[in-house]
Formats: sequence, structure tokens, C-alpha cells
Amino acid sequence: MLSIRNLTAAINGNDVLKGIDLEIKAGEVHAIMGPNGSGKSTLGKVIAGHPAYQVTGGEVIFEGKNLLELAPDERARAGVFLGFQLPIEVPGVSNASFLRLAYNKKAEAEGRDELDPLEFDDFIQEKIKGVKMNASFLDRSLNEGFSGGEKKRNEILQLSVLEPKLAILDELDSGLDIDALRILGEAVNRQLRPDRALLMITHFPRLLETVQPDKIHVLAGGRLIREGGKELALELEERGYDWLLQDTGRA
Amino acid sequence: MSSPLQQVTGQEYKYGFVTDIEADSAPPGLSEDIIRFISAKKGEPEWLLEFRLKAYRHWLTLTEPDWANVTYTKPDFQKIVYYSAPKQKAPTHESMDEVDPELIRTFEKLGVPINEQKALAGVAVDVVFDSVSVTTTYREKLAEVGIIFCSFSEAVREHPELVKQYLGSVVPTSDNFYAALNSAVFTDGSFCFIPKGVKCPMDLSTYFRINNKESGQFERTLIVAEAGASVSYLEGCTAPQFDTNQLHAAVVELVALDNASIKYSTVQNWYAGDKNGVGGIYNFVTKRGLCKGVNSKISWTQVETGSAITWKYPGCVLLGDNSIGEFYSVALTNHKQQADTGTKMIHIGRNTKSTIISKGISAGDSANSYRGLVKVLPKATGARNFSQCDSMLIGQTCSANTFPYIEVQNKSAKVEHEATTSKIGEEQLFYFQQRGIPAEDAISMIINGFCKDVFRELPMEFAVEATKLLSLKLEGSVG
Repeated sequence: MLSIRNLTAAINGNDVLKGIDLEIKAGEVHAIMGPNGSGKSTLGKVIAGHPAYQVTGGEVIFEGKNLLELAPDERARAGVFLGFQLPIEVPGVSNASFLRLAYNKKAEAEGRDELDPLEFDDFIQEKIKGVKMNASFLDRSLNEGFSGGEKKRNEILQLSVLEPKLAILDELDSGLDIDALRILGEAVNRQLRPDRALLMITHFPRLLETVQPDKIHVLAGGRLIREGGKELALELEERGYDWLLQDTGRA
Repeated sequence: MSSPLQQVTGQEYKYGFVTDIEADSAPPGLSEDIIRFISAKKGEPEWLLEFRLKAYRHWLTLTEPDWANVTYTKPDFQKIVYYSAPKQKAPTHESMDEVDPELIRTFEKLGVPINEQKALAGVAVDVVFDSVSVTTTYREKLAEVGIIFCSFSEAVREHPELVKQYLGSVVPTSDNFYAALNSAVFTDGSFCFIPKGVKCPMDLSTYFRINNKESGQFERTLIVAEAGASVSYLEGCTAPQFDTNQLHAAVVELVALDNASIKYSTVQNWYAGDKNGVGGIYNFVTKRGLCKGVNSKISWTQVETGSAITWKYPGCVLLGDNSIGEFYSVALTNHKQQADTGTKMIHIGRNTKSTIISKGISAGDSANSYRGLVKVLPKATGARNFSQCDSMLIGQTCSANTFPYIEVQNKSAKVEHEATTSKIGEEQLFYFQQRGIPAEDAISMIINGFCKDVFRELPMEFAVEATKLLSLKLEGSVG
């Protein structure tokens, strides 16, 4: 589904990704872990097409399409979703109208019927139950005044509305208490299908107990330095990242 | 791929066509003879000619104001044509059959319903083309409840006592440079009179069109709501695309007596000049409402999207005890446009209240300033004002300024002022795009969210139009 080859990227002239190779197949769950500043969030943003990053080499192929040639909104409509670590606040734009516009843009691109506000209300009422969100959040301005946890809940609500083929979740666990982490983890699990894939970016293994990855990659210094199964998470929890960095001579 | 923040403002001005119609014009230039010519053309009474000449003589002693935060080449007042009227079969039109079909086509193209059969239900329109009113719809229906809605020229002929009583009572001829000029040379406009106790059953509206390349438009609008009356009035405007600047210097006066209310809404879309700042309208307008009676209320709502230069401060003089003044404004500037706009709230009576909500949006290389005065006079015990002035910047090369002036001479007054500046930045746009929403839809949604507090004050049809207009104006400015 997603095939990244020798991807390099920079921001303001500083190289952040220094040659990433990653293969994600339909139905798989992958996790990228690594210390602060290793380039984890950058990888997610580059796949989604954030304009602040310059891709300096390599390729990103998604379902046969060269993603790097598409605008960010085209990538999204093609089925790439990025759950943000720090979702932005937009005063005056209601959460419901934002969600409906996003839903309808995708429906339009896929040749499905768009939903009018009443139809969308029926649709969304089901979805918010899945993330145990209070319906009053739909009428509030997008993320405005939401707590860190509420913003994350809203990201997963968007995920369940858009049902993307590839979901990249950047630090879903930051700012969440244990109960919220479990609820959102389960909501993410319900999105898993044989024709969809998930890439989780995280510091901490706890999330991986609820959403279990098939493969874990360790990213450090802009390179993937280790790949393993879900047992790698436990090892990282016990030993931290230092031993890996020393192993590869990049302490 | 150019970034979305560099693309959203390139949309062509779609009202930029010129109507080819034979006009009856005065030679360019300004003198007492020209004023006498205008007055004679309109068959005015002697007192009105005197009003004009007094204003002209005062104007000659004034110099053009330069305190606004705008720069432009000062108009040459001797090159302007002060009277230009499309040649018509009859001076007024009892029915649409008498209106030149070319004019009807022009206004159909502009989307202005001047044919009552095709009109928006419930909106009466006075249509002003260059210097004269072409037609006014629904007059008979309004007359049944005693409402007078007609062109200013007709009001002078048919209701001279009312015009004489109120003309210049809110904006005196000596008020300022452009108000004095308007008082000397105004040619037409709208007159509305809502008698005691009548709630106007439909929205009244005037559509202004400047067509002539050399002409200025100097319209005069006077709205009077007697005790207990209420009215909602809408104003729209467009002009063709010329590479020279045309001057639009209007005066609008509103008078609300005891318990009366007037709601005045404007969507201003004069030609703004091209991307390089060539051409466009100079919009130098004086608008003021007098809350003369107790419990009276005047509310200004404006959506300013056009003009090369905008210089306008619709204000309220809160004379009656417990009277209320409101100002809701969205001012959008793009390319080389400059706007210096805001309001004046003068609290004179006791327990007077005013609310100011101003939203400035700047894109391209434009400059957008809010300038507002809140003045509480010594007798205005219990006066209250709340002001909120928010600015939004799109891109790196535009500017936004806020110039609030607050003068309080009564200790019991409460005056609050809040201001914010935000930016539609890369991160906001990326968030929308990542959810599959194209940059232009994203900007339109963010802007509408930003302007929501003002748009909800607009009558429904206007709110829809305003929303579309802002999106059009910003198309291509985000890339």
C-alpha cells in the first residue's frame, strides 16, 4: 500500500530525514518509535505533504500513485490521514461543519453522494459514540478551548468519519489519561480492516498494548535503525533507546 | 507548486463592464454655475440651491483631510463630471415599460431585481445609475401603509417639507471636506420615511452603479423613522473597471425618533483597481445616524470589499436617553487596496449603549486600518460601550492597524475595548488540506468563521451574498 524508498527531507536547509525505506502492506499495523528529535513527526508530515518540508530525494508511492506529486488535500482524498500531535484551533468554524465539509469533499472525489446537514447529523451521532464524545462538541468551534485529551478524541472522531486507507497517528497518546487512551485505542482498532493500514508514531509503548503493531521501527537521527515485532516495544521500555544508538554507533 | 497562501486573490472583478448608453452630462469641473446647472436640471426649489451654494462656499475654505492611514493621488476636482444621467424618455418611471431596456439588461446582469415580477420577495429597490435614480419598486405597496420610499429628487419635489426638515440635520454641510462637497453637488439617492408606529413590511434597498468614466457619484440618502417605527435598509454598489480613479463621496443621514429603530446594511463592492493598484473607486463617505428619541436604536452593518481607497466611519449620535448604537463591520482588502474605516459613537443621553464589532481582513499588499471614536459626554450618566476589533492577516506583505480613540467625560461610564490579530498561516491551512479540504475552501471557511459575528447581523440574502463575495475576493490569494 505504502512504499517509501530512500526518502530524504529538510526543513530550513537542515536535513531531517536522511534516507528512509519503509514498506507498509494493506492490513498491517506499524509503529515508529524513537527518541525526541529523531524525525518521527517529520516523517508523518512529509508523507502528508506539509509545505514547510522540502523533499530532497527518494520516493513515496501510495497505491501506485506518486504521493510527492500531489497537493496535501489530494493526498488526503486519496486516503492518507494524519492524526496531529497538536491539532490547531479554528475560532468560528463549527466542528460539525468542518467534519461535514471534509466528509463531502472525500465523497465527491469518490463519486459517492454528499450528505446534507440533516443526513450528516444522523451519521455523526453514531460516530461520536465510538469515541465517547459529548455531542455538544459538534457545535463548538473546531478544537477551540478543547483540552489536550479532547483534541485527540476529535482527531480520532475525524479518523472514523473519513475512514482512510492509511492512517498515520502522531503521538496519539500524549496528553491522554489511561482511560481515554484505552477508549481511543479501541476506536482505532475498530478502524482496522484487511484493506487498510495504520502507522503509529509514539514515544511510549503503552499505546501499543491496546493497538498491537505487526512491526516496530526505531527511528533515530533521521534513519530507521532497527526493525522488530511487538516484543521490541517491551525491550525498549526496559532498556530505553541508548543501547540501540550505541549498537549502531550513533550515540 | 506555489504555496496556497500565495494564490487565493486573483479573481477578476465580474461587474467591470460598461453600459453603452447615451448620457446627458454636465461639462467637467466645479463652480457655482455647475451647481446652478445641477439644481436647474432637477428643478429644485430656491432653498435647496441655497443649501448647495452655502456648502460649496464653505468647501472652498477647506483642505482635503490627510490624517487617514492611506496614500493616494488627490483627485482633481476640476476634471470630475458632477452630473451624468442616462437619457430617458421620461424623468421618472411609473412602470418598467418606460425604462431603457439597456438599463434593465445592465441591472439584470448585476443581479439586481428591478422588475417587480422577478424581484426578490419582500425587498423594495431604488436603482441609482450614475447621478440619477432609474426606478423604485414596490412604491405603491409601501405607500398603502404611509411609507415614502423614492429617489431623493422625487422627495424634493413631492415632500419638500420633510426633506427641508431633516436634510443636513445629522451631517451638517460644514461637517467635513467630502460632506461639504457632497452637499454642494449631490445629484440623487434614496429617501425613506417611515411614519409613526409603522414597522416597514419589507426590506428597503438602494443599488448604486457608477457607469461613466469621468463622473463622480455623489449620492445623498436620508432615512427618517418616526416614533415607534422600524425599518431595515440595504445598500449595494458596483462600478465598471477603468484604469482611472472615480470619486464616490456620499452622505447618508439617519434619524430615529422615540422608540424607533433603523438597521442599515451595506455590501460595498466598488471596483478596487487591478493587482498593481491602477484604477478603482475612491470611496470617501460620511454616514451618520442620530438616535434623537428615547429608546431609539440605529445599527450599521457593513461588508466592505471593494474600492481602491475606503475612508468611512458610519457613526451614531446617541442623543436620546437609553438609545442604542451598533456597528458591525467586515473590511477586506487585497492587492494594493487601502481601507481606513471604523465608527464614531457619541454618547450624549443617559444610559446610552454602543457596541462595535470590527473584523479586518488583509491580504496581498493591502493596508487595512480600524479607526474608531467612543466619546462619552458629561451628561451621559451610565453610558456603556463594548468594542471588539479583530484583524486577520493572509500572507506576509499586508498590514493591519487599529486606532481606537476613547474620550470619557462621565465617571459612571463603562468602556471596554478588545483587540486581537491572527493569521491564516501554513499550519491552519495544512490542517484543513490534510482533511481533504482544498486551500480555497479552507480559507473561505476560516474567513466566514472569523466574520460570523458580523454576518449574522445581515439580512439573509445579504449574508449569502457577502459570504460568496469574500471567497471570490480572496480567490488566488492563498497558494
